[in-house]
Amino acid sequence: MAELRAYAALLGGQWRSMMAYRASFVVEMITNIGGTALDVLAVLVIFRATPTIAGFTLPEAVLMVSLSSCAFNLADFVVGNIDRLTSYVRTGMLDTVLIRPLGALGQLVFMDLPLRKALRLALAVVVLVVALGLNDIDWTPARVTLAFVVPVAGAVFFAAIFVLSASLAFWWVDSGQLGNAFTYGGRDFTSYPVPVYAGWFRAVFAYGLGFAFVSYQPALALLGRADPLGLPGWTGYVSPLVALAVAGIAALVWRSGIRHYRSTGS
Amino acid sequence: MDRLDARVPQISPRRPFRDTAATFGALAWSGFRRYLTYRQATIAGSFTNTVFGFLRCYVLLAVAAGAVGGRPGGYDAAQLTTFVWVGQGLLSVVALWGWTELADRIRSGDVTADLLRPVHPVISYLAPDLGRALHALLFRFVPPLVAGFVFFDPYVPGRPFTVPLFAVSVLLAVIGSMGVRFLVNATAYWLHDARGPIVLWTLAAGLLAGLYFPLRFLPDWLAVTLWVATPFPGFLQTPLDVLVERDSTPVQAGLVGLQACWAVVLLALCALVQRRAERRLVAQGG
Repeated sequence: MAELRAYAALLGGQWRSMMAYRASFVVEMITNIGGTALDVLAVLVIFRATPTIAGFTLPEAVLMVSLSSCAFNLADFVVGNIDRLTSYVRTGMLDTVLIRPLGALGQLVFMDLPLRKALRLALAVVVLVVALGLNDIDWTPARVTLAFVVPVAGAVFFAAIFVLSASLAFWWVDSGQLGNAFTYGGRDFTSYPVPVYAGWFRAVFAYGLGFAFVSYQPALALLGRADPLGLPGWTGYVSPLVALAVAGIAALVWRSGIRHYRSTGS
Repeated sequence: MDRLDARVPQISPRRPFRDTAATFGALAWSGFRRYLTYRQATIAGSFTNTVFGFLRCYVLLAVAAGAVGGRPGGYDAAQLTTFVWVGQGLLSVVALWGWTELADRIRSGDVTADLLRPVHPVISYLAPDLGRALHALLFRFVPPLVAGFVFFDPYVPGRPFTVPLFAVSVLLAVIGSMGVRFLVNATAYWLHDARGPIVLWTLAAGLLAGLYFPLRFLPDWLAVTLWVATPFPGFLQTPLDVLVERDSTPVQAGLVGLQACWAVVLLALCALVQRRAERRLVAQGG
């Protein structure tokens, strides 16, 4: 209970500091909606130039981008700010976090929970609902469950990627933008059907890192389409398992990172 | 001499621009050296640019494969490849993102120290930024370009003056981008916290500069409006269009001319905003 109160205090402090710069907060909130609108807009503009991408039509592509966008925004809302870990490690601020009697990950999340990103998530959900309506889906109980589970599983997946790439900072303080290649890069990758990519790059991102299971395979399962790359239909339903596996790895890496951490020693 | 002479002795009276040039050069050199020290961040950044190069290149190639006639927006597949990979390299040269130095200095009050220096504040930020751009050109521009050449089949410009024109265009893009970044950061003089405007700029810059998709994919009237009414296409789209020879020679030159106009307008705006801000400035806790 005391722990919850401590987290609430962190959140409250953050709320007050935000309200101190109200104009900036409002601008930021509105722009954040723009961020999600942009993901969708990019797909719309791309489809202005071509009727199909790798054999997929606009409604199918919008379904994939909205699944990816829901998952990413939910993860980004909860743990996205963990990528500041590099600066916390560099400035030694992580010491302050570690001496408090609360979990380090929880504190970092609540110290900077980006409330301004809340509307962004709402918009992503709206787009998903529209996308589900645009496609002619043969609804079965399994598919209905899938439609609810996939964004959450994807969010767990992205959250794990966020934590993994932030953990790099424990070993490599100046890793800087490197993590973005997998977090934001992962979002971009999952916004388009996997057959768009080719060669070893596709193998690494889609199956090696598991990004195919965030939006592409589940979207195929929802649409009842066969995978042009030949994976069987049930792969659309394994995304929660993939997400849990990656989350497990992330938890292990985070723990060993925290143990590995030596203060900057100033 | 019955009155005290408070003038600063002139360094070389016969060559009046020498001191200005020396100061500018020293500032630019300091910007270059500063980024030279961030070696690991340079490697990490290049890696990320390269990964995004793969992502964007595959998407645009899929668009070219699906488009009727195979020329979306008037580019062929090779031109799109060059567009993506050179764009990934230029991204860090033009530095669309992540510059909050002025806003941070305004918020902390350090900016008052800048005002005491005998260099105009706009110059004192522009010069190191050119140094930074030179560093990025040497160390950040090349890796994605090499990756593009190794893994894909990019377009190589054929007209003899394309590359010099591209160089001019890149210089103008850096100056223009610095101008807008200065203006966005300077909102902190009034708002104290410039985070909102900076996020807005980040979003608008990526979209309207042609990073997410070539602006030629948009309807013509919209693309033309963007080019004339906003400086954004000048940051990436113009240099890239010049390099991949998307248009005829006069249009190439005209686009660079438009960039030059915007650079002048932006620098003038910076000077104006700076003058207004100095009147407005309240040193916080100073």
